[in-house]
Amino acid sequence: MFYKMARQRPGWSLIRNVTLSLLLRHNNPRQGIGRQMDGLRNLRVGRQLNRAACTTHSCSKVPPTPTWEPVGETPLSLAYSVSPDLMDRMERLALVDFRNHEGVARLQCAITFADQLHIVDTEGVEPMDSVLEDMQLYLRPDTAIEGDCAEVLLRLPTKTVEEFYVAPPGNIPLPQREERCGLKKKTSEELDYSVLQD
Amino acid sequence: MASPLVRTCGFCVVKLQRGGWFSKYVLISTNTFAFTIVRPTTVSPQSKPTPRKNDPKQRVGVVGLEIHAQIHSNTKLFSGARVQFSAPPNSLVSFFDASLPGTLPVINRRCVEAAVMTSLALNCSINKKSLFDRKHYFYADLPAGYQITQHRLPIAVNGSLSYSHLVGQKWSQAVVKTVRIKQIQLEQDSGKSLHDDTRKQTLIDLNRAGVALMEIVMEPDMSCGEEAAAAVRELQLILQALGTCQGNMAEGQLRVDANISVHQPGDPLGVRTEVKNINSARFLAKAIDFEIQRQIDVLVNGGVVHNETRTFDFKLGQTIPMRDKESLQDYRFIPEPNLPPLIVYDNESTPVNADPQQVINIDLIRVNLPELPSAKRTRLVDQYGILPEHSFVLVSEDGLTEYFVSVLQETKAEPKKVIGWVIKELLALLKQYNLTVSQSHISPSSLAELLNLLEMGVISSSAAKQVFLLMWKECDKSPQQIVKEQDLGLVQNEKILEEICQNVLDGHLEEVTAIKKGNKRVLNKLIGLVQKEMKGRADPIMVKTLLERNIS
Repeated sequence: MFYKMARQRPGWSLIRNVTLSLLLRHNNPRQGIGRQMDGLRNLRVGRQLNRAACTTHSCSKVPPTPTWEPVGETPLSLAYSVSPDLMDRMERLALVDFRNHEGVARLQCAITFADQLHIVDTEGVEPMDSVLEDMQLYLRPDTAIEGDCAEVLLRLPTKTVEEFYVAPPGNIPLPQREERCGLKKKTSEELDYSVLQD
Repeated sequence: MASPLVRTCGFCVVKLQRGGWFSKYVLISTNTFAFTIVRPTTVSPQSKPTPRKNDPKQRVGVVGLEIHAQIHSNTKLFSGARVQFSAPPNSLVSFFDASLPGTLPVINRRCVEAAVMTSLALNCSINKKSLFDRKHYFYADLPAGYQITQHRLPIAVNGSLSYSHLVGQKWSQAVVKTVRIKQIQLEQDSGKSLHDDTRKQTLIDLNRAGVALMEIVMEPDMSCGEEAAAAVRELQLILQALGTCQGNMAEGQLRVDANISVHQPGDPLGVRTEVKNINSARFLAKAIDFEIQRQIDVLVNGGVVHNETRTFDFKLGQTIPMRDKESLQDYRFIPEPNLPPLIVYDNESTPVNADPQQVINIDLIRVNLPELPSAKRTRLVDQYGILPEHSFVLVSEDGLTEYFVSVLQETKAEPKKVIGWVIKELLALLKQYNLTVSQSHISPSSLAELLNLLEMGVISSSAAKQVFLLMWKECDKSPQQIVKEQDLGLVQNEKILEEICQNVLDGHLEEVTAIKKGNKRVLNKLIGLVQKEMKGRADPIMVKTLLERNIS
C-alpha cells in the first residue's frame, strides 16, 4: 500500500520518495499509523490510507523543526550588574561562598541567561509555577504509619545528648565582610568542626 | 535583665527588620518574592517632625494578631508520624520530618478538612485552588532549612470573627465587635529547642517538627489588650467546638503573636513591633497593654520606635527585645516543587466517578459543621429563657451547659432558679477548688434532688445552701440524708415559732417601736434574728406573718 502511495505522487523529489519508502517499509498499518506519519506531516496523506486501522491519533506538540532564534547578548548583558553589597547579602542568606572572580562571572552569566525571558510577551498569560499543576494532590488518610525510629535517627549525628540532637546555642552570626576575607584562608574543615567542640 | 536558664524557642528569627546596609530603619517588605529596596531618601513613617509629641490628641494602640493553631489530628501534616504532646524525645519523628534525603511530603486529608471547617466557621471565602510554598530560614529546629507554608495563595481569605467585649463591669455594657481575618493557611511546625546555656549548646527535639498548624492572620482592627484577649477566647471556643484544635495555650496548641503599634487617630499606622512567647490569654492582655504604653512613652519622650521582635517575660510583666544578631530576614519564598496545587470541591464541581477519599467537598463539610458558640448562646437564651450573660458563662465553661441541661431534666424548678444555683453556687465552689465541671463533687442528679426539696418547701433557701456545702464535702450522701441528719427541715410548727418570735420581740423593743412608727426595713433584721435562733430552718413567710401579728 505504501509503495503504491509513493508511486502515485509524481511531483515529489526522488529523495523524498526514498525517505518515505525507507521509513514506512516495515510498518504495520494497525500500529498507530498516525503517529508514525507525524514527523512527515508536511506530506499530504492520500485518501487510500485506511484510517480505520489507526488505533491512536495523538498529535505531538513538539514542532518538527526548531522555531526559536538565539537572542543577541548585547542589549542584555550589562542590564543588571551585581554590586558587592548584593553579593554579601546573598552569601549571608544562602550561606554559599562564591565571592571570587569565577563565582561573580558565573552569577553574571546566569542573570544574563535568565534575562532573555523578558523578551517573551506574557500579556494575559497565567504564570505556570509548577510542572505538577495538572496532577492531583494525593490525600493520605490520618493513620500513623511512621515514627518510632529514634535509634535509627540518632545513629546519624556524631554527638547526641540523651536522645536529643545537639546544636550550637542560637544562630552563629556570619562574620562581617572584612573578617570573612581573613577567615577564607582557613580550611573549611577547621571552620566546620570548631563549633561542635566543647 | 537576667535571661532565663532554660527557655523554649519559637520563631525567634523571623521578621526582624532593624536596618539594612542602605539606610537605617527602613521598612522592607519580606513578604514578596523579590525584595523591594527603599532608598535612604524615602521618608519612613517614624521620621515625623517632633512637635507632634506635644499634640493633645491621644495616641491609640493598634493590635493585629497572628495565631498559630495546632490541628488536632492523629498524624502530622506531611508525614505519617504520630502527634502527641509529651513523648520521649525524637520518638515521633519520621524520615521526612528529620529531612533525610529522598523523602517527599504527602498531605494529610484530616488537616485539609480541619482547615476548611475552621475557614467556614470564620466566614471566610475558600480558595478552591491553593498553592504551597517554601519559606527559607536557618535555625537548628528546622532541619530542612525551609518550612512548607501557603504564602501566595492560602486556603481561605477574607473572614471575620465576632466577639463580645466587656467595657465595664456590667454585662449590659458589653459591645459586640468584629475583627477581620486576612487569611488562613496551612503550614508546618518546627521542632522544639531547649537552650542549655551552661554547656553552650541547644538540645533539639523534632517530635513537634512537621505537625500541622493553621495560621490565622487577623487585620489590625483591635486597639487594646482586653479586646485581643476576648477575640482569642472566642476563637478558642470556636476551635474547641469544631474539634479542629484543642486550644490549650499552656500546651502550645494555640500560639498568639501580637503586632503592636501606636498612632494618633487619622494618621497612618506607626512602626510595629512583634511580641512573642505569650502563654495565656491573661498574659496576652498584659503584654499588649504594656507594649502600647511603652511605645507611647517612647514617642512622648521624643524617641523612635524600632521595628523589632520582643518577647514577653511574664514574671516581670514586661516585653524585652529578643537578642538576635540577624539584621534582615529574607525568606526567599519559592513554590514547593514537590506538591501539586490543593484543589477543594463543592457540590457542583466535584468530578464524577471520583474517589470520595480524594475529594474534599466544601458543601458537605458546611452541612456537617457542629453548633458554634454564638449559635449555642442564642439557642440557650431562646430555649430556656435565661439571660445572655448566663449563657455566656455556660458556653465559656467546658461542660457546664451539659450539666445545666441534665439538672433541668430531673428537676421541676424553673430554669432561672437552676441557672442561679449552677452559676453562683456550683461555679464558685469549682473555682475555689480549681476543678473542672467533670470533676465536680456534686452530680447533676443530686443537685436536682436538692432543688426539688427546695421547690416542695421541705427546706428553706438558706438551709439549702448549707446542705449544698455539706453535699460538696460528703460526696456520697444524698440531700435528703443530710437534711435528716442535720435536722435542717423547715420548721412550720407554729408554737415553737411563736415562742421564738416573742423572745426576739421582747429583746428588741426599740426595733418594735421603729416598726410601729412605719420603718418596715427593721422587720427584716428581726426576721434575721429569728432565723439565726432557728439556724435557718424557719419558714420565712410564717415568721414574717407572726412577727407582724405580734407587733401590731
